[in-house]
Amino acid sequence: MQTDTRVAVDQTTNSAGGAVTVLRFAGDISSTSRDAVLGTYQGLAKDAHKRILLDFTKVDYLNSSGIALVIQLLLEAGRNEQRVQLFGLTPHFRKVFTMVGITKYTELFDDEGAAVASFD
Amino acid sequence: MLMTKAESVEVKLPSVLGFEKVAMGTAASAARLMGFPEDRVEDLKTAIAEACINAMEHGNHFNDDLRIAVTLTLRDDALEVLVADKGPGMKNAPDSRTQIAPPDIDKKMHGEEPARGLGMFLIQALMDEAEWVVGGPEGGSYVRLVIRLKKEN
Repeated sequence: MQTDTRVAVDQTTNSAGGAVTVLRFAGDISSTSRDAVLGTYQGLAKDAHKRILLDFTKVDYLNSSGIALVIQLLLEAGRNEQRVQLFGLTPHFRKVFTMVGITKYTELFDDEGAAVASFD
Repeated sequence: MLMTKAESVEVKLPSVLGFEKVAMGTAASAARLMGFPEDRVEDLKTAIAEACINAMEHGNHFNDDLRIAVTLTLRDDALEVLVADKGPGMKNAPDSRTQIAPPDIDKKMHGEEPARGLGMFLIQALMDEAEWVVGGPEGGSYVRLVIRLKKEN
């Protein structure tokens, strides 16, 4: 069965004018999403993208393999001295991300405005 | 929905990723009929997805000739779910009294252990009961999940 992960890369700025890169995911995030999640992240120039947001607003389905891809992204971003924040998770997946301990390494925000402001 | 006796629903799925969504949808419909609140329905959907994916991957090794059998039993006070595959089951499979340790996020974040391996922890954490049983009625093995209707529901 075909699963479908879509991702778009946007740019915005925080209140200080600093560049913020937004990876907007849509559809499924599962074991078949490696290229969409990690491949898209790895395609960003490390020095040019120091503040990164992951947007889950339009994600319909997420499982533990998808969460593992997010952990791998956070691991690589940490090594590259990039800050990554997340927004748009449902209350259920905010709970799940908290249960697995991801919140020790990133923050979860309700919406894009609050997530961008965290980079001020 | 008031039930005079336990009712059951069975779904058989190919061992192909993506079909776990069929079980999720069926279980969600059953849980809503029983009166579970939406946050518990979401817990159930995630637990069933993880159980089906484990059965497809580790039990049936993605052999699409082998089916995953998902059986929902609707009782007055709880929904019981069996997810069965044709695999031999786990050595030292956790029973309903075994507490599965939470993932070590520090090790995962430092690359000292694989990022994957969250499924069984999530299943147990989200359900009221979870046990992994070797040797089902037709061979193979199964996981049994229980989610209870609380009076306040």
